Amino acid sequence: MHELSLAENIIQIIEAAAVAQQFERVRVVWLEIGCMAGVEPDALRFCFDAAAHGTVAQDARLEIVETSGCGTCLDCGSTHPVSMLLDACPACGSYAVEVVGGKAMRVKELDVV
Amino acid sequence: MCTTCGCSTGELKIEGESAGPVRRRPMKALDAASVAYHFRKPRQAAGVAPAPDPGQGRLVQIEQDILSKNNLYAAENRRQFAAQQILALNLLSSPGSGKTTLLTATIVALRERISIAVIEGDQQTSNDADRIRATGAAAIQINTGRGCHLDASMIETALARLAPQEKSIVMIENVGNLVCPAGFDLGEAHKVVVLSVTEGEDKPLKYPDMFRAADLMLLNKVDLLPYLQFDVAQCIANARRVNPKIQILQLSASTGDGMNQWLAWIDAAFKLATSDRH
Repeated sequence: MHELSLAENIIQIIEAAAVAQQFERVRVVWLEIGCMAGVEPDALRFCFDAAAHGTVAQDARLEIVETSGCGTCLDCGSTHPVSMLLDACPACGSYAVEVVGGKAMRVKELDVV
Repeated sequence: MCTTCGCSTGELKIEGESAGPVRRRPMKALDAASVAYHFRKPRQAAGVAPAPDPGQGRLVQIEQDILSKNNLYAAENRRQFAAQQILALNLLSSPGSGKTTLLTATIVALRERISIAVIEGDQQTSNDADRIRATGAAAIQINTGRGCHLDASMIETALARLAPQEKSIVMIENVGNLVCPAGFDLGEAHKVVVLSVTEGEDKPLKYPDMFRAADLMLLNKVDLLPYLQFDVAQCIANARRVNPKIQILQLSASTGDGMNQWLAWIDAAFKLATSDRH
């Protein structure tokens, strides 16, 4: 997934919030990134620093809260944690697992001054 | 820069634009609605001014999807497609899988009865749009510069220029890339991933997000199978492992083998898009 685009979207969201909420500087950005969202947290950190340069979020600390994935087996119906798309169902071994959770990518909260 | 493919932004060009990079149109009502909907009050009681001490921070709740702006554009594109009863397909693959050959063959096969317009995405050149226009179909080229995928706002701008007919098909040929385009909804009815047999049967395992996002996989260039060591059954098993619901068709756009199945799939999707349920 394209982390620079995501970082630029995060900055746009923050800059719109800076106008709406009247703050001048962001100290901490909390993100929620699901482990099935196709995002590489380290790549996102790297791109965030570049995208934040010269904005209200320059030098902000990025806190990424990774949420776990959840899958439902289409063969046996069991629901279980998943961490990658290639995981088999732990109950029956089937690969017919539909990812039902862990795909969120959200800006949760900001610490601002 | 994008650590996956080194891409960046700022060099976007859409045919019909004057020289220089494209300025994205502001979202106007969509943006205003999004801001009003998403930005909640800070944690301090409403109406209380923030503390004057500059060292004293405050917390601002955002709770907004990172791709919410793209998704708003995508929803608007989808609404426009539905209103005009247009079937929109997003074609994805690595470079060289035969997407443009497949598109030209598809247009030639359908042009007597269905109007097809094409949005072409590439980093540079209008070669692909030129190939499409040679069939008589309308096409518009988006050059993403260093960008590695199309996003929904580029499609919105391209649609305004392309002005597709009612009850027609819009084919979007995404930038050749099996990674980044998977995450960007363009407002299409279906993502269709094209994999050619010259690429190796393990591509669905190596790039699972793309094959997970697609509704249909077209296994292209099957006329070359006699010359290759490509295990079709293993490839299909790999695709189903990452996406149990994916439909798979085998074809050769250059010889025409299997094209009828693909055309029948389009006909069924087109019938649904142009039915009165919208």
